[in-house]
Amino acid sequence: MVNTKVTLCGVELDNPVIPASGTFGYGREFAALYDINCLGSFSFKGTTLEPRFGNPTPRIAETAAGMLNSVGLQNPGVEAVIEKELPKLRQVFHKPVMANISGFSVAEYAEVARRLEDQPGIGWLEVNISCPNVHGGGMSFGADPALAAQVTKAVRRATKRPIIMKLSPNVTDIAAIARACQEAGADGISLINTLLAMRIDLKRRRPVLANGTGGLSGPAVKPVAVRMIYQVYEAVSIPIVGMGGVCTAEDVLELMLAGATAVEVGAANLVDPFASKKIVEELPRAMEKYGVEHLSELIGGAH
Amino acid sequence: MEQAIYTILENRPLARQVYRMVLSGPTGAIQNPGQFVNIQIPGRFLRRPISVCDWDGETLTLIYKVVGLGTGDLSRMAPGQTLDLLTGLGNGYDLEKSGPRPLLIGGGVGVPPLYGLCRRLTAAGKACTVVLGFQNQADVFYVEEFRALGARVILMTDDGTAGQKGLVTQALPGLEYTYLYACGPMPMLRAVNAVAVGEGQFSLEERMGCGFGACMGCTCQTKSGPKRICKDGPVLERGEILW
Repeated sequence: MVNTKVTLCGVELDNPVIPASGTFGYGREFAALYDINCLGSFSFKGTTLEPRFGNPTPRIAETAAGMLNSVGLQNPGVEAVIEKELPKLRQVFHKPVMANISGFSVAEYAEVARRLEDQPGIGWLEVNISCPNVHGGGMSFGADPALAAQVTKAVRRATKRPIIMKLSPNVTDIAAIARACQEAGADGISLINTLLAMRIDLKRRRPVLANGTGGLSGPAVKPVAVRMIYQVYEAVSIPIVGMGGVCTAEDVLELMLAGATAVEVGAANLVDPFASKKIVEELPRAMEKYGVEHLSELIGGAH
Repeated sequence: MEQAIYTILENRPLARQVYRMVLSGPTGAIQNPGQFVNIQIPGRFLRRPISVCDWDGETLTLIYKVVGLGTGDLSRMAPGQTLDLLTGLGNGYDLEKSGPRPLLIGGGVGVPPLYGLCRRLTAAGKACTVVLGFQNQADVFYVEEFRALGARVILMTDDGTAGQKGLVTQALPGLEYTYLYACGPMPMLRAVNAVAVGEGQFSLEERMGCGFGACMGCTCQTKSGPKRICKDGPVLERGEILW
Protein backbone atom coordinates (compact mmCIF):
# COMPACT_ATOMS: atom_id res chain seq x y z
CA MET A 1 0.00 0.00 0.00
CA VAL A 2 1.69 3.17 -1.18
CA ASN A 3 1.33 6.53 0.54
CA THR A 4 0.43 9.50 -1.70
CA LYS A 5 0.23 12.14 1.03
CA VAL A 6 2.32 15.28 0.86
CA THR A 7 2.39 18.39 3.03
CA LEU A 8 2.23 21.76 1.28
CA CYS A 9 3.09 24.75 3.48
CA GLY A 10 1.82 22.98 6.58
CA VAL A 11 -1.39 21.69 5.01
CA GLU A 12 -1.59 17.96 4.36
CA LEU A 13 -2.86 16.79 0.97
CA ASP A 14 -4.20 13.27 0.30
CA ASN A 15 -2.27 13.43 -2.95
CA PRO A 16 -0.26 16.10 -4.76
CA VAL A 17 -2.64 16.49 -7.73
CA ILE A 18 -4.11 19.99 -8.05
CA PRO A 19 -6.03 21.17 -11.15
CA ALA A 20 -4.46 24.46 -12.20
CA SER A 21 -6.12 27.84 -12.11
CA GLY A 22 -7.98 28.75 -15.29
CA THR A 23 -8.62 25.16 -16.29
CA PHE A 24 -11.08 24.23 -13.54
CA GLY A 25 -13.26 27.33 -13.07
CA TYR A 26 -14.57 27.44 -9.50
CA GLY A 27 -15.02 23.67 -9.62
CA ARG A 28 -18.69 23.61 -10.60
CA GLU A 29 -18.39 22.11 -14.11
CA PHE A 30 -16.21 19.27 -12.82
CA ALA A 31 -18.18 18.60 -9.62
CA ALA A 32 -21.12 17.86 -11.95
CA LEU A 33 -19.00 15.08 -13.52
CA TYR A 34 -17.25 13.43 -10.56
CA ASP A 35 -16.55 13.77 -6.84
CA ILE A 36 -13.77 16.35 -6.90
CA ASN A 37 -12.83 15.45 -3.31
CA CYS A 38 -10.57 12.80 -4.83
CA LEU A 39 -8.18 15.64 -5.74
CA GLY A 40 -5.41 16.91 -3.49
CA SER A 41 -6.92 20.36 -3.91
CA PHE A 42 -7.60 22.66 -6.84
CA SER A 43 -6.63 26.20 -7.69
CA PHE A 44 -9.63 28.31 -8.58
CA LYS A 45 -9.96 30.73 -11.49
CA GLY A 46 -7.66 33.74 -11.19
CA THR A 47 -9.68 36.34 -9.28
CA THR A 48 -9.25 40.10 -9.38
CA LEU A 49 -10.80 42.94 -7.37
CA GLU A 50 -13.20 44.02 -10.13
CA PRO A 51 -15.07 41.82 -12.62
CA ARG A 52 -13.13 41.34 -15.85
CA PHE A 53 -14.49 40.36 -19.25
CA GLY A 54 -11.03 39.47 -20.52
CA ASN A 55 -9.72 39.68 -24.06
CA PRO A 56 -11.63 39.58 -27.34
CA THR A 57 -12.00 36.24 -29.16
CA PRO A 58 -10.44 34.20 -30.62
CA ARG A 59 -8.70 33.46 -27.34
CA ILE A 60 -7.64 29.91 -28.17
CA ALA A 61 -5.29 28.40 -30.76
CA GLU A 62 -3.93 24.91 -31.11
CA THR A 63 -0.24 24.04 -31.47
CA ALA A 64 1.70 20.81 -31.78
CA ALA A 65 1.30 19.10 -28.38
CA GLY A 66 -0.33 22.08 -26.78
CA MET A 67 -2.39 25.21 -27.06
CA LEU A 68 -2.28 28.98 -26.75
CA ASN A 69 -4.75 30.94 -24.69
CA SER A 70 -5.29 34.65 -24.24
CA VAL A 71 -8.32 34.62 -21.98
CA GLY A 72 -7.03 37.63 -20.08
CA LEU A 73 -8.18 36.85 -16.55
CA GLN A 74 -11.91 36.77 -17.20
CA ASN A 75 -13.55 36.48 -13.77
CA PRO A 76 -16.58 37.86 -11.93
CA GLY A 77 -14.51 39.79 -9.37
CA VAL A 78 -13.72 38.86 -5.78
CA GLU A 79 -17.06 39.97 -4.29
CA ALA A 80 -19.08 37.82 -6.70
CA VAL A 81 -16.71 34.93 -6.02
CA ILE A 82 -17.33 35.32 -2.27
CA GLU A 83 -21.10 35.67 -2.65
CA LYS A 84 -21.86 33.20 -5.43
CA GLU A 85 -19.01 30.80 -6.12
CA LEU A 86 -17.48 29.91 -2.76
CA PRO A 87 -20.78 28.98 -1.03
CA LYS A 88 -21.58 26.60 -3.91
CA LEU A 89 -18.06 25.24 -3.87
CA ARG A 90 -18.19 24.50 -0.14
CA GLN A 91 -21.24 22.29 -0.73
CA VAL A 92 -19.31 19.98 -3.06
CA PHE A 93 -15.66 20.35 -2.02
CA HIS A 94 -14.67 19.63 1.54
CA LYS A 95 -10.91 20.18 1.35
CA PRO A 96 -8.91 23.40 1.46
CA VAL A 97 -9.00 25.08 -1.95
CA MET A 98 -6.17 27.13 -3.40
CA ALA A 99 -7.30 30.71 -4.05
CA ASN A 100 -5.61 32.09 -7.15
CA ILE A 101 -5.54 35.89 -7.09
CA SER A 102 -4.31 38.50 -9.52
CA GLY A 103 -4.05 42.24 -9.72
CA PHE A 104 -3.00 45.30 -11.65
CA SER A 105 -1.30 47.07 -8.77
CA VAL A 106 0.48 45.99 -5.61
CA ALA A 107 -2.43 47.38 -3.59
CA GLU A 108 -4.97 45.37 -5.60
CA TYR A 109 -3.24 42.08 -4.85
CA ALA A 110 -3.29 42.93 -1.14
CA GLU A 111 -6.94 44.00 -1.26
CA VAL A 112 -8.10 40.77 -2.93
CA ALA A 113 -6.17 38.79 -0.31
CA ARG A 114 -7.76 40.85 2.47
CA ARG A 115 -11.31 40.28 1.16
CA LEU A 116 -10.73 36.53 1.07
CA GLU A 117 -9.20 36.42 4.54
CA ASP A 118 -12.46 35.63 6.38
CA GLN A 119 -13.62 33.06 3.87
CA PRO A 120 -13.53 29.51 5.19
CA GLY A 121 -12.18 26.64 3.14
CA ILE A 122 -9.16 28.38 1.63
CA GLY A 123 -5.86 26.62 2.28
CA TRP A 124 -3.42 28.80 0.38
CA LEU A 125 -3.31 31.93 -1.71
CA GLU A 126 -1.66 31.39 -5.07
CA VAL A 127 -0.56 34.83 -6.17
CA ASN A 128 -0.42 35.10 -9.94
CA ILE A 129 2.36 37.50 -10.88
CA SER A 130 2.79 35.83 -14.23
CA CYS A 131 -0.26 36.22 -16.48
CA PRO A 132 1.08 36.89 -19.98
CA ASN A 133 -2.29 38.03 -21.36
CA VAL A 134 -2.96 41.31 -19.61
CA HIS A 135 -1.32 44.71 -19.81
CA GLY A 136 -0.12 46.77 -16.89
CA GLY A 137 -0.17 43.92 -14.39
CA GLY A 138 0.23 40.19 -14.38
CA MET A 139 3.52 39.15 -15.82
CA SER A 140 5.20 42.52 -15.32
CA PHE A 141 5.25 41.87 -11.55
CA GLY A 142 6.78 38.45 -12.05
CA ALA A 143 9.51 39.59 -14.42
CA ASP A 144 11.41 41.68 -11.88
CA PRO A 145 12.72 40.49 -8.49
CA ALA A 146 12.05 43.83 -6.80
CA LEU A 147 8.43 44.03 -8.01
CA ALA A 148 7.84 40.36 -7.19
CA ALA A 149 9.08 41.06 -3.67
CA GLN A 150 6.81 44.11 -3.34
CA VAL A 151 3.72 42.06 -4.22
CA THR A 152 4.82 39.28 -1.88
CA LYS A 153 5.28 41.71 1.03
CA ALA A 154 1.95 43.40 0.42
CA VAL A 155 0.04 40.11 0.30
CA ARG A 156 2.04 38.87 3.31
CA ARG A 157 0.69 41.78 5.37
CA ALA A 158 -2.88 41.10 4.16
CA THR A 159 -3.18 37.42 5.07
CA LYS A 160 -2.20 34.86 7.66
CA ARG A 161 -2.62 32.06 5.16
CA PRO A 162 0.30 30.49 3.31
CA ILE A 163 1.10 32.44 0.15
CA ILE A 164 2.45 30.75 -2.93
CA MET A 165 3.85 33.05 -5.60
CA LYS A 166 3.07 31.87 -9.14
CA LEU A 167 6.00 32.68 -11.40
CA SER A 168 6.40 33.26 -15.10
CA PRO A 169 8.81 31.27 -17.25
CA ASN A 170 9.25 34.35 -19.47
CA VAL A 171 12.29 35.58 -17.55
CA THR A 172 16.04 35.28 -17.83
CA ASP A 173 16.75 34.29 -14.20
CA ILE A 174 13.90 32.40 -12.54
CA ALA A 175 16.04 31.57 -9.51
CA ALA A 176 16.57 35.26 -8.66
CA ILE A 177 12.83 35.93 -8.73
CA ALA A 178 12.05 32.87 -6.61
CA ARG A 179 14.68 33.94 -4.07
CA ALA A 180 13.25 37.47 -3.94
CA CYS A 181 9.79 36.04 -3.18
CA GLN A 182 11.16 33.80 -0.44
CA GLU A 183 13.05 36.68 1.16
CA ALA A 184 9.89 38.82 1.04
CA GLY A 185 7.93 36.23 3.02
CA ALA A 186 6.46 33.77 0.52
CA ASP A 187 5.63 30.31 1.85
CA GLY A 188 5.90 28.62 -1.51
CA ILE A 189 6.56 29.07 -5.22
CA SER A 190 4.44 27.75 -8.05
CA LEU A 191 5.64 27.51 -11.62
CA ILE A 192 5.44 27.59 -14.53
CA ASN A 193 2.70 29.84 -15.88
CA THR A 194 2.36 29.76 -19.66
CA LEU A 195 5.09 30.70 -22.13
CA LEU A 196 4.49 33.83 -24.16
CA ALA A 197 3.80 32.67 -27.71
CA MET A 198 2.09 33.45 -31.02
CA ARG A 199 0.59 31.73 -34.04
CA ILE A 200 -0.14 33.37 -37.39
CA ASP A 201 -3.02 32.54 -39.73
CA LEU A 202 -1.61 32.03 -43.23
CA LYS A 203 -4.81 33.03 -45.01
CA ARG A 204 -5.40 36.24 -43.08
CA ARG A 205 -1.68 36.93 -42.55
CA ARG A 206 -2.46 38.04 -39.02
CA PRO A 207 -1.99 36.50 -35.56
CA VAL A 208 -4.60 33.82 -34.85
CA LEU A 209 -5.39 35.26 -31.42
CA ALA A 210 -7.24 38.56 -31.23
CA ASN A 211 -4.78 39.61 -28.53
CA GLY A 212 -1.84 38.81 -30.82
CA THR A 213 0.13 36.86 -28.24
CA GLY A 214 -1.03 34.17 -25.85
CA GLY A 215 0.33 31.69 -23.35
CA LEU A 216 1.57 28.29 -24.49
CA SER A 217 0.65 25.29 -22.34
CA GLY A 218 0.28 21.55 -22.71
CA PRO A 219 2.81 18.71 -23.10
CA ALA A 220 4.99 20.94 -25.31
CA VAL A 221 6.10 22.96 -22.27
CA LYS A 222 6.77 20.14 -19.80
CA PRO A 223 10.56 19.98 -20.28
CA VAL A 224 10.75 23.74 -19.71
CA ALA A 225 8.76 23.30 -16.51
CA VAL A 226 10.98 20.47 -15.31
CA ARG A 227 14.12 22.55 -15.94
CA MET A 228 12.75 25.62 -14.12
CA ILE A 229 11.43 23.62 -11.15
CA TYR A 230 14.86 22.01 -10.92
CA GLN A 231 16.56 25.44 -10.91
CA VAL A 232 14.18 26.96 -8.36
CA TYR A 233 14.53 23.93 -6.07
CA GLU A 234 18.24 24.69 -5.82
CA ALA A 235 17.59 28.39 -5.18
CA VAL A 236 14.98 28.32 -2.39
CA SER A 237 14.10 26.32 0.71
CA ILE A 238 10.30 26.81 0.52
CA PRO A 239 8.07 24.23 -1.20
CA ILE A 240 7.39 24.32 -4.92
CA VAL A 241 4.12 23.62 -6.69
CA GLY A 242 5.16 22.42 -10.12
CA MET A 243 3.11 22.60 -13.29
CA GLY A 244 3.52 22.57 -17.05
CA GLY A 245 2.15 19.99 -19.45
CA VAL A 246 1.29 17.36 -16.86
CA CYS A 247 -0.97 14.68 -18.37
CA THR A 248 -0.06 11.45 -16.54
CA ALA A 249 0.93 10.10 -13.13
CA GLU A 250 4.46 9.64 -14.51
CA ASP A 251 4.56 13.36 -15.26
CA VAL A 252 3.68 14.01 -11.61
CA LEU A 253 6.61 11.85 -10.49
CA GLU A 254 8.93 13.65 -12.90
CA LEU A 255 8.03 17.12 -11.62
CA MET A 256 8.37 15.91 -8.03
CA LEU A 257 11.84 14.52 -8.75
CA ALA A 258 12.71 17.96 -10.15
CA GLY A 259 11.67 19.50 -6.84
CA ALA A 260 7.89 19.89 -6.70
CA THR A 261 5.99 19.09 -3.49
CA ALA A 262 2.64 19.25 -5.28
CA VAL A 263 1.80 19.25 -8.97
CA GLU A 264 -0.84 21.18 -10.89
CA VAL A 265 -2.62 19.79 -13.92
CA GLY A 266 -3.66 22.44 -16.46
CA ALA A 267 -4.38 22.08 -20.14
CA ALA A 268 -5.01 18.33 -19.76
CA ASN A 269 -8.29 19.14 -17.96
CA LEU A 270 -9.54 20.91 -21.06
CA VAL A 271 -9.10 17.99 -23.44
CA ASP A 272 -10.19 15.36 -20.93
CA PRO A 273 -12.48 16.62 -18.16
CA PHE A 274 -11.58 13.52 -16.15
CA ALA A 275 -7.79 13.98 -16.56
CA SER A 276 -7.03 15.05 -12.98
CA LYS A 277 -9.17 12.25 -11.52
CA LYS A 278 -7.44 9.70 -13.77
CA ILE A 279 -4.00 10.94 -12.69
CA VAL A 280 -4.99 10.55 -9.03
CA GLU A 281 -6.17 7.02 -9.74
CA GLU A 282 -3.04 6.12 -11.71
CA LEU A 283 -0.61 7.43 -9.07
CA PRO A 284 -0.39 4.29 -6.90
CA ARG A 285 0.36 2.08 -9.91
CA ALA A 286 3.03 4.48 -11.17
CA MET A 287 4.56 4.61 -7.70
CA GLU A 288 4.69 0.82 -7.50
CA LYS A 289 6.24 0.65 -10.94
CA TYR A 290 9.09 2.93 -9.86
CA GLY A 291 9.45 1.51 -6.35
CA VAL A 292 8.10 4.53 -4.52
CA GLU A 293 6.51 3.81 -1.14
CA HIS A 294 6.01 7.34 0.15
CA LEU A 295 5.43 9.90 -2.58
CA SER A 296 6.97 12.66 -0.44
CA GLU A 297 10.34 10.89 -0.61
CA LEU A 298 10.52 11.80 -4.32
CA ILE A 299 10.57 15.57 -3.79
CA GLY A 300 13.80 16.91 -5.25
CA GLY A 301 15.06 13.38 -5.72
CA ALA A 302 16.80 14.15 -9.01
CA HIS A 303 19.28 16.55 -7.42
CA MET B 1 -22.25 15.76 -20.62
CA GLU B 2 -20.96 12.30 -21.21
CA GLN B 3 -17.62 10.92 -22.39
CA ALA B 4 -17.60 7.68 -24.38
CA ILE B 5 -15.95 5.83 -27.24
CA TYR B 6 -17.96 5.75 -30.47
CA THR B 7 -17.61 3.52 -33.51
CA ILE B 8 -17.77 5.05 -36.97
CA LEU B 9 -20.58 3.45 -39.01
CA GLU B 10 -20.39 5.79 -41.98
CA ASN B 11 -18.12 8.64 -43.08
CA ARG B 12 -18.64 9.87 -46.61
CA PRO B 13 -18.68 13.03 -48.70
CA LEU B 14 -22.03 14.80 -48.93
CA ALA B 15 -21.04 17.96 -50.80
CA ARG B 16 -17.86 19.89 -51.59
CA GLN B 17 -15.54 19.44 -48.55
CA VAL B 18 -18.58 18.41 -46.50
CA TYR B 19 -18.86 14.95 -44.94
CA ARG B 20 -21.51 13.03 -43.09
CA MET B 21 -20.40 10.80 -40.24
CA VAL B 22 -22.68 8.38 -38.43
CA LEU B 23 -21.42 7.11 -35.08
CA SER B 24 -22.63 4.33 -32.86
CA GLY B 25 -22.59 4.85 -29.09
CA PRO B 26 -24.51 6.30 -26.16
CA THR B 27 -26.71 9.31 -26.94
CA GLY B 28 -28.43 9.72 -23.59
CA ALA B 29 -26.63 12.97 -22.78
CA ILE B 30 -27.99 14.73 -25.87
CA GLN B 31 -31.11 16.65 -24.97
CA ASN B 32 -31.77 19.30 -27.61
CA PRO B 33 -31.07 19.90 -31.26
CA GLY B 34 -28.39 22.57 -31.57
CA GLN B 35 -26.13 20.91 -29.00
CA PHE B 36 -22.69 19.76 -30.09
CA VAL B 37 -20.09 17.06 -29.50
CA ASN B 38 -16.35 17.56 -28.94
CA ILE B 39 -14.21 15.02 -30.75
CA GLN B 40 -10.73 13.89 -29.78
CA ILE B 41 -8.82 13.37 -33.00
CA PRO B 42 -5.73 11.19 -32.60
CA GLY B 43 -2.56 13.30 -32.79
CA ARG B 44 -4.34 16.65 -32.22
CA PHE B 45 -4.21 18.29 -28.80
CA LEU B 46 -7.55 20.07 -28.64
CA ARG B 47 -10.88 18.42 -29.39
CA ARG B 48 -12.97 19.55 -32.37
CA PRO B 49 -16.48 20.80 -31.64
CA ILE B 50 -19.07 19.66 -34.22
CA SER B 51 -22.82 20.30 -34.05
CA VAL B 52 -25.13 17.31 -33.88
CA CYS B 53 -27.25 16.93 -37.03
CA ASP B 54 -29.50 14.24 -35.59
CA TRP B 55 -29.54 11.35 -33.16
CA ASP B 56 -31.59 8.37 -32.02
CA GLY B 57 -31.20 5.86 -29.21
CA GLU B 58 -27.99 4.30 -30.53
CA THR B 59 -26.51 6.53 -33.22
CA LEU B 60 -25.67 10.13 -33.86
CA THR B 61 -25.15 11.88 -37.16
CA LEU B 62 -22.66 14.69 -37.72
CA ILE B 63 -22.21 16.77 -40.84
CA TYR B 64 -18.92 18.64 -40.92
CA LYS B 65 -16.81 20.65 -43.30
CA VAL B 66 -13.09 20.13 -43.75
CA VAL B 67 -11.65 23.47 -42.68
CA GLY B 68 -8.25 22.51 -41.29
CA LEU B 69 -5.94 19.73 -40.18
CA GLY B 70 -8.25 18.18 -37.58
CA THR B 71 -11.33 17.95 -39.77
CA GLY B 72 -9.03 16.75 -42.57
CA ASP B 73 -7.93 13.87 -40.34
CA LEU B 74 -11.56 13.19 -39.50
CA SER B 75 -12.54 12.96 -43.17
CA ARG B 76 -9.96 10.20 -43.73
CA MET B 77 -11.25 7.95 -40.95
CA ALA B 78 -13.04 4.77 -41.94
CA PRO B 79 -16.04 2.81 -40.68
CA GLY B 80 -15.01 0.54 -37.81
CA GLN B 81 -12.54 3.03 -36.36
CA THR B 82 -13.37 4.58 -33.00
CA LEU B 83 -13.44 8.13 -31.63
CA ASP B 84 -13.51 9.59 -28.11
CA LEU B 85 -16.41 12.06 -27.85
CA LEU B 86 -17.84 14.37 -25.25
CA THR B 87 -21.57 14.58 -25.98
CA GLY B 88 -24.48 16.67 -24.76
CA LEU B 89 -22.51 19.93 -24.85
CA GLY B 90 -24.12 23.35 -25.00
CA ASN B 91 -27.74 24.36 -24.52
CA GLY B 92 -29.36 23.74 -27.92
CA TYR B 93 -32.60 25.17 -29.29
CA ASP B 94 -35.77 25.55 -27.24
CA LEU B 95 -38.57 23.77 -29.14
CA GLU B 96 -41.26 25.12 -26.83
CA LYS B 97 -40.89 28.60 -28.27
CA SER B 98 -41.61 27.67 -31.88
CA GLY B 99 -45.33 28.42 -32.12
CA PRO B 100 -47.28 26.65 -34.87
CA ARG B 101 -45.28 27.96 -37.88
CA PRO B 102 -41.55 28.29 -37.14
CA LEU B 103 -39.05 29.54 -39.71
CA LEU B 104 -35.64 27.86 -39.83
CA ILE B 105 -32.76 29.62 -41.62
CA GLY B 106 -29.48 27.82 -42.22
CA GLY B 107 -26.34 28.72 -44.13
CA GLY B 108 -23.62 26.29 -45.22
CA VAL B 109 -22.42 24.10 -42.35
CA GLY B 110 -24.93 25.93 -40.16
CA VAL B 111 -27.59 23.77 -41.79
CA PRO B 112 -26.99 20.41 -39.99
CA PRO B 113 -28.36 21.19 -36.49
CA LEU B 114 -31.51 22.59 -38.09
CA TYR B 115 -32.28 19.13 -39.47
CA GLY B 116 -32.57 17.55 -36.01
CA LEU B 117 -34.59 20.59 -34.95
CA CYS B 118 -36.90 20.38 -37.98
CA ARG B 119 -37.49 16.66 -37.49
CA ARG B 120 -38.59 17.20 -33.91
CA LEU B 121 -40.72 20.25 -34.72
CA THR B 122 -42.54 18.53 -37.59
CA ALA B 123 -43.06 15.45 -35.41
CA ALA B 124 -44.72 17.77 -32.90
CA GLY B 125 -47.11 18.97 -35.61
CA LYS B 126 -45.43 22.29 -36.42
CA ALA B 127 -45.50 23.59 -39.97
CA CYS B 128 -41.84 24.38 -40.63
CA THR B 129 -40.54 26.62 -43.36
CA VAL B 130 -36.83 26.10 -43.98
CA VAL B 131 -34.61 28.53 -45.88
CA LEU B 132 -31.27 26.95 -46.82
CA GLY B 133 -28.41 29.01 -48.22
CA PHE B 134 -25.27 27.75 -49.97
CA GLN B 135 -22.65 29.37 -52.19
CA ASN B 136 -22.94 27.01 -55.14
CA GLN B 137 -24.70 23.84 -56.30
CA ALA B 138 -21.61 21.84 -55.26
CA ASP B 139 -22.14 22.90 -51.65
CA VAL B 140 -25.81 21.95 -51.40
CA PHE B 141 -26.86 19.10 -49.12
CA TYR B 142 -29.94 17.79 -47.29
CA VAL B 143 -32.62 19.64 -49.32
CA GLU B 144 -34.53 16.43 -50.01
CA GLU B 145 -34.06 15.26 -46.43
CA PHE B 146 -35.77 18.40 -45.12
CA ARG B 147 -38.56 17.99 -47.68
CA ALA B 148 -39.02 14.37 -46.61
CA LEU B 149 -39.79 15.63 -43.12
CA GLY B 150 -42.70 17.58 -44.57
CA ALA B 151 -41.09 21.01 -44.31
CA ARG B 152 -41.51 23.71 -46.94
CA VAL B 153 -37.96 24.25 -48.23
CA ILE B 154 -36.64 27.33 -50.01
CA LEU B 155 -33.17 26.81 -51.45
CA MET B 156 -30.95 29.79 -52.17
CA THR B 157 -27.49 29.83 -53.75
CA ASP B 158 -25.23 32.85 -54.13
CA ASP B 159 -24.74 32.21 -57.84
CA GLY B 160 -28.12 30.68 -58.71
CA THR B 161 -26.66 27.28 -59.68
CA ALA B 162 -29.30 25.61 -57.52
CA GLY B 163 -32.65 26.89 -56.24
CA GLN B 164 -33.08 30.63 -56.41
CA LYS B 165 -30.22 33.07 -56.87
CA GLY B 166 -29.52 35.20 -53.85
CA LEU B 167 -28.91 35.27 -50.13
CA VAL B 168 -31.19 33.70 -47.52
CA THR B 169 -32.41 37.16 -46.56
CA GLN B 170 -33.88 37.61 -50.06
CA ALA B 171 -36.23 34.69 -49.38
CA LEU B 172 -37.68 36.31 -46.28
CA PRO B 173 -40.06 39.03 -47.62
CA GLY B 174 -43.61 37.73 -47.53
CA LEU B 175 -42.88 34.73 -45.32
CA GLU B 176 -45.14 34.46 -42.31
CA TYR B 177 -43.87 32.68 -39.24
CA THR B 178 -44.32 32.48 -35.49
CA TYR B 179 -40.68 32.09 -34.43
CA LEU B 180 -37.22 32.13 -35.95
CA TYR B 181 -34.35 29.64 -35.58
CA ALA B 182 -31.06 30.40 -37.34
CA CYS B 183 -27.61 28.89 -37.69
CA GLY B 184 -24.84 29.93 -40.04
CA PRO B 185 -21.82 32.17 -40.45
CA MET B 186 -21.87 35.46 -38.52
CA PRO B 187 -22.36 37.67 -41.62
CA MET B 188 -25.48 35.65 -42.49
CA LEU B 189 -26.82 35.91 -38.94
CA ARG B 190 -26.22 39.67 -38.98
CA ALA B 191 -28.04 40.02 -42.28
CA VAL B 192 -30.96 37.94 -41.03
CA ASN B 193 -31.13 39.98 -37.85
CA ALA B 194 -31.22 43.18 -39.91
CA VAL B 195 -34.31 42.23 -41.92
CA ALA B 196 -36.23 39.55 -39.99
CA VAL B 197 -39.06 40.38 -37.63
CA GLY B 198 -40.06 38.72 -34.38
CA GLU B 199 -38.30 36.69 -31.76
CA GLY B 200 -35.89 33.88 -32.35
CA GLN B 201 -32.83 31.91 -31.37
CA PHE B 202 -29.49 32.15 -33.17
CA SER B 203 -26.66 29.67 -32.84
CA LEU B 204 -23.22 31.28 -32.65
CA GLU B 205 -19.77 29.92 -33.35
CA GLU B 206 -16.50 30.61 -31.55
CA ARG B 207 -13.10 28.97 -31.20
CA MET B 208 -13.21 26.78 -28.12
CA GLY B 209 -10.72 25.34 -25.70
CA CYS B 210 -12.61 22.79 -23.65
CA GLY B 211 -16.20 22.92 -24.94
CA PHE B 212 -17.72 22.40 -21.49
CA GLY B 213 -17.41 25.74 -19.74
CA ALA B 214 -14.11 25.45 -17.91
CA CYS B 215 -11.58 27.57 -19.77
CA MET B 216 -13.43 30.78 -20.70
CA GLY B 217 -11.85 30.53 -24.15
CA CYS B 218 -15.07 31.24 -26.08
CA THR B 219 -16.76 33.94 -24.01
CA CYS B 220 -18.69 36.65 -25.83
CA GLN B 221 -20.33 39.75 -24.44
CA THR B 222 -24.15 39.85 -24.51
CA LYS B 223 -26.85 42.18 -23.25
CA SER B 224 -27.25 39.79 -20.33
CA GLY B 225 -23.53 39.72 -19.49
CA PRO B 226 -20.59 37.55 -20.58
CA LYS B 227 -21.63 34.15 -21.93
CA ARG B 228 -19.57 31.09 -22.72
CA ILE B 229 -20.59 30.01 -26.22
CA CYS B 230 -19.83 26.38 -25.32
CA LYS B 231 -21.84 26.22 -22.11
CA ASP B 232 -24.33 29.13 -21.96
CA GLY B 233 -24.69 28.87 -25.77
CA PRO B 234 -24.15 28.15 -28.57
CA VAL B 235 -27.82 29.13 -28.94
CA LEU B 236 -28.60 32.65 -27.76
CA GLU B 237 -31.85 34.58 -27.74
CA ARG B 238 -31.94 37.06 -30.60
CA GLY B 239 -32.67 39.89 -28.17
CA GLU B 240 -29.53 39.36 -26.08
CA ILE B 241 -26.95 39.23 -28.88
CA LEU B 242 -24.73 42.28 -29.30
CA TRP B 243 -24.44 42.64 -33.07
